[in-house]
Amino acid sequence: MAQISRDEVAHLADLARIDLDDAELDHLAPQLNVILEAVASISGVAGDDVPPTSHPIPLTNVFREDVVVPGLTAEQALSGAPEAEEQRFRVPRILGDEQ
Amino acid sequence: MSELITKTAAELAEALAAGETTSVELTQVHLDRIAAVDGDAEAGIHAFLHVDPEGALAQAAESDARRAAGETRHLLDGVPIAVKDVLATQGLPTTCGSKILEGWVPPYDATVVRRIKAAGLPILGKTNMDEFAMGSSTEHSAYGPTRNPWDQTRIPGGSGGGSAAAVAAFEAPLALGTDTGGSIRQPGAVTGTVGVKPTYGGVSRYGLVALANSLDQVGPVTRTVLDSALLHELIGGHDPLDSTSVDAPVGSFVEAARQGATGDLAGLRVGVIKELAGDGWQAGVMQRFAETVDLLKELGAEVTEISCPSFVHAMAAYYLILPAECSSNLAKFDAMRYGLRVVPEGDPSAEAVMKATRDAGFGDEVKRRIMIGTYALSSGYYDAYYGQAQKVRTLISRDFAAAFENVDVLVSPTSPTTAFALGDKLDDPLAMYLQDLATIPANLAGVPGISVPAGLADEDGLPVGFQVLAPALADERLYRVGAAVEAALTTRWGGPILAKAPNLEGGR
Repeated sequence: MAQISRDEVAHLADLARIDLDDAELDHLAPQLNVILEAVASISGVAGDDVPPTSHPIPLTNVFREDVVVPGLTAEQALSGAPEAEEQRFRVPRILGDEQ
Repeated sequence: MSELITKTAAELAEALAAGETTSVELTQVHLDRIAAVDGDAEAGIHAFLHVDPEGALAQAAESDARRAAGETRHLLDGVPIAVKDVLATQGLPTTCGSKILEGWVPPYDATVVRRIKAAGLPILGKTNMDEFAMGSSTEHSAYGPTRNPWDQTRIPGGSGGGSAAAVAAFEAPLALGTDTGGSIRQPGAVTGTVGVKPTYGGVSRYGLVALANSLDQVGPVTRTVLDSALLHELIGGHDPLDSTSVDAPVGSFVEAARQGATGDLAGLRVGVIKELAGDGWQAGVMQRFAETVDLLKELGAEVTEISCPSFVHAMAAYYLILPAECSSNLAKFDAMRYGLRVVPEGDPSAEAVMKATRDAGFGDEVKRRIMIGTYALSSGYYDAYYGQAQKVRTLISRDFAAAFENVDVLVSPTSPTTAFALGDKLDDPLAMYLQDLATIPANLAGVPGISVPAGLADEDGLPVGFQVLAPALADERLYRVGAAVEAALTTRWGGPILAKAPNLEGGR
């Protein structure tokens, strides 16, 4: 049975870009184990001959004519930004300490 | 309290057409009701996260002017509506029940919102929901829970508890909801209202903040089957802005509802899903369900028991597929383009800002599901979890296909229990997930479903929902059967089920 350790949960949180503190890890790690235990019942249910379904209704790619259609103005696109400057999204430094 | 608020949307449309009322009056009486009963995070129904009196009254005045000029746009022109806070509304806050989107005002409308605006329905406000539609109780809203109008110590269902409670408490005649694993149908069941999850692709998802793209569907939340049919016809149909939108004509849902209400189900073949019963199913729920099945027989339907053996694995498949999809969808909340930004001390990198923001902005259930999804998609586990879940999805679709070779519709209770107490399952995610046992298979297979009231459970006097499922693109059948059940039960009860709900305004 799959069990994930507190360290693994911390790693998952890191991958998912969520800064969990110790108290949150203590709270969430056991709950994740309960959930994973429940969903693990699925292993072996479907054989190799069963094709996977990614989408309930079969669809093919949808295309449209390559013509200009109205879009958001720069002001509209930036209207919800935490910070904007010169019609651009202003972001924190993107290089980490190790780069 | 005005008598107008207890009328159905269809009746209000008739009253408008007959000149007996105006859209401004209708909008005002609903705004008054909201002011009287909705309260806030601490007390009251709390179905709304944002109410827009000025905007709604302005839209209502425009509707009245159109009507006076003989330029009415739609049967429902002037009938007010509430919109779940997961649908983008230009100029109105859209938070998805999350702190990470607190105060966000979208620069565009969702297609369904554009359609209701174009038809002239004034938007009363945005309804409460579990954060990003993750939950079955609306307790995972970052802005406090919605309370069930039948008993305010209990949950209104979720994730669309706000929309269901708004129509149940007569705060709105109509509402829009979304259903990813039961978020329209289960709240409908526990609040004594009607909710429809259309066929996947039947209603545009453009402008719906996605939880799980392959499962989400927008649908009507109302007090009657006919009102759902009216709203479904308005919002349904092909949308070039949604590449998963089905390019097929909208069905004749209103006609099907009117036909069903005549009470003739002769020749209809009904399958009772064997797997959706047993341990964990409340006795009072099963009793009302069995009576409703007997009622279908009285109306002329042929009822058989149908086994859908893979349904027992639906919940496990769902709680792998949904987290996988939501963990990628919610990656866009990165503190850069919209929403919250939390900046730790010092000179933090973008990554540190992202992590601090997502920690502060997301609630526990969202964090749990993002991490489960991240796990299920990681190399080494992908085949065992996500891959296997996608195969089980095929098996569930095959169960439906086999069943629909022999029956026209499948039926089950909508939810295993009536409304439980607020707080009961908040820290027990698995117990919460079990609420969706009966509703999840439809989302996995893309088929449509409806929940209609089946009465009150004997042990607690709370509403029970009856679910009807139909093959993909056969949504008309939901309306025919739903309306037949509703008409027969309303006659038996001597009035609509909500007439038995407590009065919310003191002394009335």
